[in-house]
Amino acid sequence: MTGRRIGRMPRAAAAVGALAALVLAGCASSGANGGTASPAPSDATDDAEATTLTVFAAASLTEAFDELAERFEAEHPSVDVALSYGGSAALAQQVVEGAPVDVFASAAEPPMQTVVDAGLAGDPVVFATNTLELVVPAGNPAGVTGLDDLADADLRIALCDASVPCGAASVKLLEQEGVVAAPDTLESDVKAVLTKVSLGEVDAALVYRTDVIAAGDEVEGIEVPGAASVVNRYPIAALAEAGDADTAADFVVFVTGDAGRAVLAEAGFGKP
Amino acid sequence: MSDRPGIGRGPRTGRAGRGPGGAGRRGPRVAGRLAWPVAVAAGIALAVLVLPLAALVVRAPWSDLPELLARESVLQALVLSFTTASVATACCLVLGVPLAALLARAADWPTFPRRALRAAVTVPLVLPPVVGGIALLMLLGRRGPIGQLLEEWFGMTVPFTTGAVVIAQVFVSLPFLTFAVEGALRSADRRTELAAATLGASRWQVFRHVTLPLVAPGVAAGAVLCFTRALGEFGATITFAGSLPGVTRTLPIASYLAMQSDPDEAIALALLLLAVSVIVLLGLRDRWMPEVRA
Repeated sequence: MTGRRIGRMPRAAAAVGALAALVLAGCASSGANGGTASPAPSDATDDAEATTLTVFAAASLTEAFDELAERFEAEHPSVDVALSYGGSAALAQQVVEGAPVDVFASAAEPPMQTVVDAGLAGDPVVFATNTLELVVPAGNPAGVTGLDDLADADLRIALCDASVPCGAASVKLLEQEGVVAAPDTLESDVKAVLTKVSLGEVDAALVYRTDVIAAGDEVEGIEVPGAASVVNRYPIAALAEAGDADTAADFVVFVTGDAGRAVLAEAGFGKP
Repeated sequence: MSDRPGIGRGPRTGRAGRGPGGAGRRGPRVAGRLAWPVAVAAGIALAVLVLPLAALVVRAPWSDLPELLARESVLQALVLSFTTASVATACCLVLGVPLAALLARAADWPTFPRRALRAAVTVPLVLPPVVGGIALLMLLGRRGPIGQLLEEWFGMTVPFTTGAVVIAQVFVSLPFLTFAVEGALRSADRRTELAAATLGASRWQVFRHVTLPLVAPGVAAGAVLCFTRALGEFGATITFAGSLPGVTRTLPIASYLAMQSDPDEAIALALLLLAVSVIVLLGLRDRWMPEVRA
């Protein structure tokens, strides 16, 4: 901020003013939509027929739902599926706070229950299941062999926070196997955990087996014997306040039907 | 927060008023009253800034507040946040005051290095903190150029430690201190320094006994801004330092996580952060307003 910039101030001020006008226009068109991660439905496009279907989905569904959305759009050319991924609990909270969402897919039943309790979701349907797997960076530099290694304070360990589904499942699994873990970080969603592993910043972590598959060569999965008995059930529901109830219902049917089953199975999800 | 001191100043006189003596040369041309479109826009702007915070206050679970704030998870985050923000502020003082001195001196430099230096100091101010966190992880993470060496030589890893929280906080708050002190340095009367130098004081003596006391209010203001910014740091911390109760889970991260399972606790934590920031800024207003035009 030197004195030399004086001459540019009016232009900068004009730019700021123009920006403010844009922002205000944006506020006006998106109405009461709170500050959520969802893309606001564009109502000013040249294609007046297009419907935007906003789907909130658990972070662990990222790859599968990207694929499903693409296929759904191919079948319904007038529909544009907008996806927002995140921790299921955070997404549920946003739905309750009034985020304009048409379909919600959660990684566990409690977040969906939050939405149901708020009177915002009709009948959730369980459409997939998932189990946990131990994951290590490619090459397994720390020589991790099993769940017991998570108790090693010398290793860098990442887990999901117990307040999100993958964390709740991790707690359950560790308790079941009698392991007292020594985590170095408790992340807010499973993809954040996976990133720390694929960057090599942690030696081991617990994520869903679907995440291990999705991450490809960057990580290695180690199956945990007791994991099969800690199963996450994924419910999906069209939301009561969906802008286009029919399209929302169609999407749920699509995900729970044969096409959805095939994509989910390929991603590593188990049957409901 | 308090934009009143800016009202009487046109855009042209605002920056010009920095010469010796401080006051604007032209004096306020438009005193007091604003044209109505300006007043309306300013009112909307103020509402944009204040209403969300007001909503937070309204929604706060006031009756449960003592219980919520006394929870161990909250106290742990509180202690961690205040400790790390204090250490970060101390680091910023040690590093930021010299940087501000360099920046003030750079006014005489050729255009390019001067702008490059200023940009380097400003970037963390405008950068999304998450980007800062990623950058820190790339440098100091286990596979980063420095992180790798630290692990090889000393067997230490930086991420996921309380130290990483402090580093993240320093990264985002250092510019606040630097610019506050630089502003103070530039508006300080150089003649005092010259006099001291003429009387035989060394450069270090001049800096220590003349310059520093002159800019002390600016330094204090910068330190407080720096502290509140560090206290609020979230993106860089969660990306670089992680989130473990008692070690790296600061108030903003605790608030974010609580929002997923216990919104009341999240709101209580948010309220606490808001209260601290407002109290600090209100207490500071008189001293920092003339100095800092950030």
